[in-house]
Amino acid sequence: MEEIGRDTLTRAYRTMRTIREFEERLHLEFATGDIPGFVHLYAGEEAIAAGVCAHLDDDDYVASTHRGHGHAIAKGCDVKGMMLELFGKRDGLCRGKGGSMHIADVEKGMLGANGIVGGGPPMVCGVGLSAKVRGTNQVGIAFVGDGGSNQGTFLESLNLSSVWNLPSVFVVENNGYAEATSSQFHQGGIDVAKRADGFGLPGVVIDGHDFFAVYEAAGEAVRRARSGGGPSLLECKVNRYYGHFEGDQQTYRAPGEVEEIRATRDCLDRFTAQVTGRGLIDADELSEIDAEVGALIEEAVAEARAAELPEPDDVLTDVYVRY
Amino acid sequence: MPRKITYLQAVNEALLGEMRRDPSVVVFGEDVVGGAGAGGEMDAWGGPMGATKGIYDEFPERILDAPISESAFIGAAVGASASGLRPVAELMFVDFMGVCFDQIFNQAAKLRYMFGGKARVPLVIRTTFGAGIRAAAQHSECLYPIFTHIPGLKVVVPSNPYDAKGLLVRAIRDDDPVIFFENKVLYGMEGDVPEELYTIPFGEANVVRDGDDVTIVALGRMVSLADHAAEQLAEDGIECDVIDLRTTSPLDEETIYESIERTGRLVVVDEANPRCSIAADVCSLVAQNCFSDLKGPPRTVTAPHTPVPFSPVLEDAYVPSPERIAGAVRESVGAAATA
Repeated sequence: MEEIGRDTLTRAYRTMRTIREFEERLHLEFATGDIPGFVHLYAGEEAIAAGVCAHLDDDDYVASTHRGHGHAIAKGCDVKGMMLELFGKRDGLCRGKGGSMHIADVEKGMLGANGIVGGGPPMVCGVGLSAKVRGTNQVGIAFVGDGGSNQGTFLESLNLSSVWNLPSVFVVENNGYAEATSSQFHQGGIDVAKRADGFGLPGVVIDGHDFFAVYEAAGEAVRRARSGGGPSLLECKVNRYYGHFEGDQQTYRAPGEVEEIRATRDCLDRFTAQVTGRGLIDADELSEIDAEVGALIEEAVAEARAAELPEPDDVLTDVYVRY
Repeated sequence: MPRKITYLQAVNEALLGEMRRDPSVVVFGEDVVGGAGAGGEMDAWGGPMGATKGIYDEFPERILDAPISESAFIGAAVGASASGLRPVAELMFVDFMGVCFDQIFNQAAKLRYMFGGKARVPLVIRTTFGAGIRAAAQHSECLYPIFTHIPGLKVVVPSNPYDAKGLLVRAIRDDDPVIFFENKVLYGMEGDVPEELYTIPFGEANVVRDGDDVTIVALGRMVSLADHAAEQLAEDGIECDVIDLRTTSPLDEETIYESIERTGRLVVVDEANPRCSIAADVCSLVAQNCFSDLKGPPRTVTAPHTPVPFSPVLEDAYVPSPERIAGAVRESVGAAATA
């Protein structure tokens, strides 16, 4: 296994813990009825966003999915701005115009959660082309679910990025369900990663609960992309802790399924055991991070609840740069 | 220096001129090089219509043949434009937007709004439209009403070589997504076009002809047909304003209303199908905003509510003709006389 610096590890832990706290809290806040619209939680999949984005700079890009909070946090979006956005407030990250499904901050290289399954991969081809033409070494990451991996846009993007030799990485977060339909009933073939072979790019399967496995594979893919080696596909097998959306009763899941996954495969538990076991970080330091993150989320919710709503006239702005 | 060139050459000059001026302009689409990597000429096609001919010789790194994969490369235009380029993507026939529409209306058009004004999407999608080349139902539609309907997009429909160049330069420099409609029947049309680069603003219609009796509003290929009809009508003493919209989004409502104040009569000529069309939209706006000026009901001359047929005799019957336009104008004058 490749050596990972201590700072990188603590940052990754902080990212994963922030995502978890953010999502667990949203689960509770949503139940109060004060968060409008659709919310899709990322809890359980944190190791993927953290492991991939650990290799990225602010000027690298990610295109996310409807389950996008984790990618936004891992890419450096302001957590308080995100919380304001989810509550529909004027000073939210997208000024209350995007909400959970479109949360974005282009300045942080976050090209948006996306309400269209499979909407993001073509944009990442464009990001790659942009980096290539402008002569930078930026990369673009497209996160896709197993559901999105069946969209033509995803498969077309694998092909386009291959023929144009683009600095792109496609990360499939295979959590076993496309909404309520299990992989067995929506996906031909066991591994999405094998689809890469048909388009001439490398594809690997990774345990998406294991930060170290994701970090290592993503590092290789990002290095290949930056050095002109072209695109890669990573398929991360993972599980989500909540439903497709908040309010989903998940009656399609087996009794005890989520509890069993939480008890045996949790990415934060596993990370903690790995780093403390090897003496890389001690447990007290992780607890300190936990406390700081808890306070941050607490503040974010309090500020979001107290924040100003948009003015009705704001509906008319931000359509065009100039019309 | 103006000299006579074709509509197609005007498009080509705008592309090349902007690529020389701005290194962030890139061009891609199906066969825009056409021949790269094969045994024959590199720039063999230079675009399915030849509009991108010669770009490869000068800018081999900034023009790319795309797979027949519209969702991917139109979506790539969105990502490229949000990350520092000014892509000009070619969608060979507007009818193909059916396979990539999500990337246009859910991504390109909405990105800026959804992100609270924090993104710019300066892309151009060049496409061809219109009947007249016997290409039948899946290669002949107009469809600009569909794009005009969508907030976040700008829609340009040039009617002549001068406008094609000036509006395309303007489109490439624009910071919002622009759908640029080139009429394939007009590609061979010649006109005076300056050699240098110039821009024509969006949302400013062109009054092609002045007259106080009837206002004819037209766009694209219909402008020259309307002008032709107006010429015939003038011989009979009926004088028409002919207004070329140039862009349908933004729409120059003022020029239309000013004309209606004088004429009181409206005929809209639109090659698109009639329902939820530019013709219907202009009539509705005039009815809402100029009702007291109207001397009779607004009229439309459009294609019928059918797909575009193949057989030449059917296709010729489908497209509005100068005779039908003249007929509608005569009717409007007659109707007003008896009102």
